Amino acid sequence: MDRLDKEKMPKAANALRRNFLRTVGIGAACAGTWVSKTLPAASSPQEAPIPNIPGYDWRKHKWAFGVDATRCIGCLRCVEACKAENGVTRDAHHFRTWVERYVYLKGDDHAHVDSQSEPGNIAASGSEQAFRFDNRYQDAPVEKAFFVPKLCNHCTHPACVQVCPTGATYQTRDGVVLIDHSYCIGCQYCVQACPYGAREFNHTMGVTDKCTWCYHRITKGLQPACVEVCPVEARVFGDRNDPESPISQFIKNNRVSVLKPHTGNAPNVFYVGIDKEVS
Amino acid sequence: MIGTLANAAPYVGYVYPNETDIPWSVLIVIYPYITGLVAGAFIVSSLYHVFGMNQFKPVARFALLTAVSFMFFVPMPLLFHLGNPQRAFNAVLTPHWTSAMSAFSYVAGFYVCLLLLEIWFAFRADIVALSKAKSGLQGRIYRLLSLGSDDVSPASLAIDHRFATALAIIGIPAAGGLHGYVGFLFGSVKAREWWSSDLMPIIFLLSAIVSGIGLLVVLYVAYSKKRKVPASEQALMGLAKTLWAFLLVVLLIEGLELLEMFYKRLEGIDTVERLIEGPIRYGMVLQWGCSIGVLGLLTVLIVSKARGRTLVAGMTVSGIAMMIGVVAMRWNVVIGGQELSKTSKGLLIYYPEILGHEGLLAVAFIFLCPFVVLWLITRFLSPWEVEAGKEVSP
Repeated sequence: MDRLDKEKMPKAANALRRNFLRTVGIGAACAGTWVSKTLPAASSPQEAPIPNIPGYDWRKHKWAFGVDATRCIGCLRCVEACKAENGVTRDAHHFRTWVERYVYLKGDDHAHVDSQSEPGNIAASGSEQAFRFDNRYQDAPVEKAFFVPKLCNHCTHPACVQVCPTGATYQTRDGVVLIDHSYCIGCQYCVQACPYGAREFNHTMGVTDKCTWCYHRITKGLQPACVEVCPVEARVFGDRNDPESPISQFIKNNRVSVLKPHTGNAPNVFYVGIDKEVS
Repeated sequence: MIGTLANAAPYVGYVYPNETDIPWSVLIVIYPYITGLVAGAFIVSSLYHVFGMNQFKPVARFALLTAVSFMFFVPMPLLFHLGNPQRAFNAVLTPHWTSAMSAFSYVAGFYVCLLLLEIWFAFRADIVALSKAKSGLQGRIYRLLSLGSDDVSPASLAIDHRFATALAIIGIPAAGGLHGYVGFLFGSVKAREWWSSDLMPIIFLLSAIVSGIGLLVVLYVAYSKKRKVPASEQALMGLAKTLWAFLLVVLLIEGLELLEMFYKRLEGIDTVERLIEGPIRYGMVLQWGCSIGVLGLLTVLIVSKARGRTLVAGMTVSGIAMMIGVVAMRWNVVIGGQELSKTSKGLLIYYPEILGHEGLLAVAFIFLCPFVVLWLITRFLSPWEVEAGKEVSP
């Protein structure tokens, strides 16, 4: 429609069109606001009131975790420390962190994998409440072997947060995924959604539980319990906002990878020294 | 905290330690199953109300009552499953909208209201007649149900019919949405290889419809036998043809999905093969055996233009087999998906408990409830056509 046509258009029709456009515009703006308020909830934390933690401002930190699998000796002190620190159910089916053992025997294409909760290892430790790897490969022709500590990846786009129907599990401003145990209904949708098997169900409380990177410790300037007890510094933790922090240095000085990047969850646990079999 | 999980799942290969505590039990198998039965029964009533397919007239109102009886119990398995059922309303009061599950109460609530409204319009003339015929408490209840509207003039009934049709029209996408939504609940879980399929909503929806038609056939035949009235051959043949069409499509889609999966052979396919050959072997045999068997039987019934006892017997067998086939499909999806470890290196084996709030007895109890409620409702509101004081089957 050229300028001339516009001028010819009766005033009433113009007014009608203006009204229509205004209505559509307002509608689109409302829909846009709704979409922008709703959808990003999956990927970025909504502005929440700053939690009252003395001497701690969550806007000033960006936590991340590193695992150097070439250093891990499979001593499982991290698992022990985590269970003790966080009151995790003391059996072979509930862990906030665990360690996997990958062993390639001569001539094998695939690794033999087990964790401390495997029956042979429980028999070796004598109980589900104690942790050790057995000596099953003592006389075997081992070609390559390594340990891989696992824990919640505190993803940037956490699928568990996306699927929680109540918002009981949420992402903090400083990049930690937490659960409000007083609000969780115990549907376990988040357990399904986590591709890493990092979530477990506390049957006594009827709620889901998981690693918090020891939020109660890190907000006091301490290290997570598993990092604190690791005798070989296979676990690294720190603030990515600080370029000199152990984690910033770890990421800078190594070629790091993350687990299952294809899920789009963007994990914040960075690995060094794992191979194709680790997922 | 010390505890040993009594019903931890045994496994082969490597699974993440936390996976041995299977999150969703057999209760979550019957949740989509019951929802599906609702969708299927409703679709049949719509074929009459919306599309004017008169062969479904004898079962149209009964299908509505069946749908609502089962719909009442859709939330029950979910509530039994929650770790903190007393907090269930958290998802209603503060829904976290990025979660498919947060919409459940709204989707289900909307659908219950829709069904109740449609039933009211479809039965209003009966309710008014009963409120006048019955006295005492019963009469008072019927009067209350008539909501003060006792005009049964032809003009008024025509308005009822128009409303019922409009509601049925809304009901079709709502029924489709309700069950497609349940499929989305599973299909959107990208962490579960066996669930994470774009076809999941449509497979859930179509299998829901076939299971619902199966249920309706079984109930209709059983009620006809109890009422000592022969089941309408027209209705049964109509149901046979509808079931055949939906079943054919669902079999094709499911078959194509498996074909693609095995042809593409993406990472982890070896474990998927072991899942099908192992933990869900019998489930797969039941699902595919029942579906292909029913398709064959229906083809014979339709081609041979079966009538009388042959039609009734054939359709009853088809209905029962369809219900078994679809419950097996739900098991294969819900349980099978969790038996396939997220490591792609191992399989878990789920054994349902018998007692306990997530056990087989609880499931049997929940599944029995809608049948009891349906029986009570039909005693209160007869869905069958009555002429000159005598029940007839058109």
